[in-house]
Amino acid sequence: MANPTLIDLVLWVISGWLVIGFLGILTLHKFTFVARVLFPLGGVGGLILALLALRSLNSGVDENRTLPIGLPQLIFHLRLDALSSFFLLVLGVVIFGVSIFSAGYFRNSAGTAPGLLALEFHFFIASMALVLISDDAYVFMVAWESMAMSSYFLVTANHKMPKIRAAGFLYLLVAHIGAIALLLSFGVLQANSGDYTFSNMRIQSLSPFWASVAFVLAVFGFGAKAGILPLHIWLPEAHPAAPSPVSALMSGIMLKIAVYGMLRVSFDLLHIHLWWWGVLLLVLGLGTALFGVIFAAVQSDMKRLLAYSSIENIGLLFSAMGLALLFYSYGMNTIAALALTACLYHVAAHAVFKSLLFLVTGSVLHATGERNLGRLGGLIRFMPWVAWLAFIGVLASSGLPPFSGFVSEWLLLQSFLFTPSLPQPILNMFIPVATASIALTAALAGYAMVKFFGVVFLGQPREEKLNHAQDAGLFEKIGMVWLAVVTLLLGLLPNLTIDLMEPVMRVLVGQGLAGESKSHGWWLLTPISIERASYSPVYFLIGIATAIAFTFILVRILYHARLRRSAPWAGGHAWTNSRMQDTAEGYGQPIRQVFEPFFSMKRQLPKPDDLEPKYEVIVSDKFWEGLYMPVVRLTEFLSALVGRLQRGRISIYLLYSFITLIFLLLLVPGVKI
Amino acid sequence: MILRQIFLQSIVSGASLLLAPLLMGWVSQLRAWLQNRKGPGILQPYRALHKLFNKDSVMADTASPLFRFAPYLVFGCMVLASAIVPTFSTELPLAKAADAIALVGIFALARIFISLAAMDIGTAFGTLGARREMFVGFLAEPALLMIFFTSSLIAHSTSLITIVHSLTGSSFAIYPSLVFAAFAFILIFLAENARVPVDNPSTHLELTMIHEALILEYSGRHLALLEWAASLKLFAYSSVGIALFLPWGINEAGSDISFLYAIPLFIFKLFSIGILLALIETFSAKMRIFRVPEFLATAFLLAVIGMLTYILLGA
Repeated sequence: MANPTLIDLVLWVISGWLVIGFLGILTLHKFTFVARVLFPLGGVGGLILALLALRSLNSGVDENRTLPIGLPQLIFHLRLDALSSFFLLVLGVVIFGVSIFSAGYFRNSAGTAPGLLALEFHFFIASMALVLISDDAYVFMVAWESMAMSSYFLVTANHKMPKIRAAGFLYLLVAHIGAIALLLSFGVLQANSGDYTFSNMRIQSLSPFWASVAFVLAVFGFGAKAGILPLHIWLPEAHPAAPSPVSALMSGIMLKIAVYGMLRVSFDLLHIHLWWWGVLLLVLGLGTALFGVIFAAVQSDMKRLLAYSSIENIGLLFSAMGLALLFYSYGMNTIAALALTACLYHVAAHAVFKSLLFLVTGSVLHATGERNLGRLGGLIRFMPWVAWLAFIGVLASSGLPPFSGFVSEWLLLQSFLFTPSLPQPILNMFIPVATASIALTAALAGYAMVKFFGVVFLGQPREEKLNHAQDAGLFEKIGMVWLAVVTLLLGLLPNLTIDLMEPVMRVLVGQGLAGESKSHGWWLLTPISIERASYSPVYFLIGIATAIAFTFILVRILYHARLRRSAPWAGGHAWTNSRMQDTAEGYGQPIRQVFEPFFSMKRQLPKPDDLEPKYEVIVSDKFWEGLYMPVVRLTEFLSALVGRLQRGRISIYLLYSFITLIFLLLLVPGVKI
Repeated sequence: MILRQIFLQSIVSGASLLLAPLLMGWVSQLRAWLQNRKGPGILQPYRALHKLFNKDSVMADTASPLFRFAPYLVFGCMVLASAIVPTFSTELPLAKAADAIALVGIFALARIFISLAAMDIGTAFGTLGARREMFVGFLAEPALLMIFFTSSLIAHSTSLITIVHSLTGSSFAIYPSLVFAAFAFILIFLAENARVPVDNPSTHLELTMIHEALILEYSGRHLALLEWAASLKLFAYSSVGIALFLPWGINEAGSDISFLYAIPLFIFKLFSIGILLALIETFSAKMRIFRVPEFLATAFLLAVIGMLTYILLGA
């Protein structure tokens, strides 16, 4: 092999991760080696992968490779095209940050041994990368399942706690129900040809009915992984259970792998596109986004809050995808490309800032041992690094200019504003409502993020032990700084990122944004034309920075008043304490009041004469009671019925086998008894 | 050409910086007159700012750098906001950097910073104010966005300059969709600028206050900056109102002579908005905080109806 192609190099990185994983097995309990050598090595692999993907996006590579492993007739088909390269780039960038962070994060504690953890971790990232380059349903499902399994073991790393085992079980269950749907979807897509390669699926011409069946099954399967309503139920359970770097990977990348699958199936593999598919995705996405953000605003556990916020972001991604599909089905490829650009931009932005925020929760958890917002507070004084890095993530997540979340929100709103030209009047009526819910979601995201940052890092510490909280260690800092820097760059240089997406658009909808984004210079984002809309984060930042600098200098020169420090005003009382601050529950109260029908709440209010007043409110998901519990009860009922057959006596079981055999013989034609 | 643009931009920004406290003073003076009081005079906000800038600033021991930085950022945001909204001229080079959506983003950025700063000290008032401010914001922000979208649909653009161009070009035609948007805008205008019936800028009553609770811990120059930022916000919102609903007579690029009437006309419109605001504030009563969501939801729905109307009627 004189001149290795890019896909070979990608495969080398993937095999490298597997080797690192197995080295972990060999050094099962050598904690220092695993943490300080294996994890950073895996991170370097991520960086190499990102560079390879960048190279592939720039040179427009489309490479195929077959590997003669697996079953005799089923060799592995792999392919590296622009779509997979883009997702590999995001994957590599995030993995570098998370792996470096992990080097300082994992402690030698109870639960899974460090070496085993390294194996699961690297197996997880390797299988995610393999999903992205697979080119037949067989490799796809193998990689998909190993991704689910390895992440299950990672979620249950702390498996001594029953609650974590339960969360892991729920995750595994939903993942497998989704996987079945995917398997069926691929089965429909190959259209009885018996050939499961993606290239074969592309040339099959399915009838609209069967194409819709494949599409709906794919929505179900990928939606279960991504956390689309009502299959979101595992996310808020699994994230608090998992170690923080694992949450970062799951929320940052694994959910995006599901988005990748959805894009691959709906734009690449299916050759016809019906308008109602777009509407289905749009409605599901909007519902999920609004639901997620409302629940995020009322959570009291910081990782649950972020998990619900991930649900919200996945909803936004699906609605962008739905909008693109809707346009694409009517042949409006330019606008479809705009909506898809918004989608992909948000994939990148969310992957980075959400991983950053999950890593932040990890550092906070280590420093304080608390996940509950009600026992945190004031950490900006003890952990300034973590706090300021979290601040960048929070601003990006709230969709504020000039940060990364705003760019995708802006692009998404622009593509919504383009809509009143659809052939269906009823759809045109639906668009303003959809736009309104996107706007509402974005504003509520800010609310939830202010709650997250304000309650954890600002105010007074709500517990005594927080006064001794230590800032993050060196490795943790490097990992988080990397992600924060990428977040800032994504916010400030949208044009460079959108240029990278150009080949991806050509794969998905046949055309990009026609170079319009470049025509006014790298600093000005003009997706359609300069008269229609323009946004320049660099100018924006310069504008604000100049205003601030001028003000600061002028105030200094013209006025010579000093700054005095004193105790805060106690509001006329003799003293204040940290319990007088607003709590996380208090902060969520307006949302609970306004959106009351969404929640099922259990409140416990103290009596006026209580000496130890205890206030408690438990907000739970109506989907548990309304949808999941009936299914659980039905399953239990059916299993009880089936259970009656089990008598525990071997003769009875033999009788069953005998009856079954007779029955089967009756069915076989040509056998006369 | 570039020099001219920079010159114009600084004229506009300087004018808004100086005019903003005047608008605030005008509204308070009018309110005083309507309530049969003598009033402090229209220049009172300048005197207050001067006084505050000269005073020492007292800051809580536990305040973090975020708390110190927030007034400057909020002020910077408001300067930028008033720099990109077309007032009497549409030649604004900075307006390319941020369109209507980004303008809403600027207001949100300022809101989030000041809310976080209020939570920083950890007193009951600050956190209460922060919570209420975000609460008003999460309903007002999408409503404002929808108002912009209605006009964007008319103008086929989200650039504020293009919106003003296309609205002035349409002579005095009244768009039914803009009527809904205008009503929604008035409600948002009151809520976002901490005015009666949502908030009262002239009391410190703990049951009702929002804006004053947020900035309770600030003093001296920081408070001065925040007060100035508040008046700039009022100014920016008034300019948005003028740009969207009363754009006629604005100076479009090219003719310098039309500045002669564009500037007085703008000041006239601004003072008329002040009269409207003072009248509304005098004739309405402050409502309970729990009624605020209904108030804002009305605004939101009106704005959505405006957009729907445009799509139904095409006007």
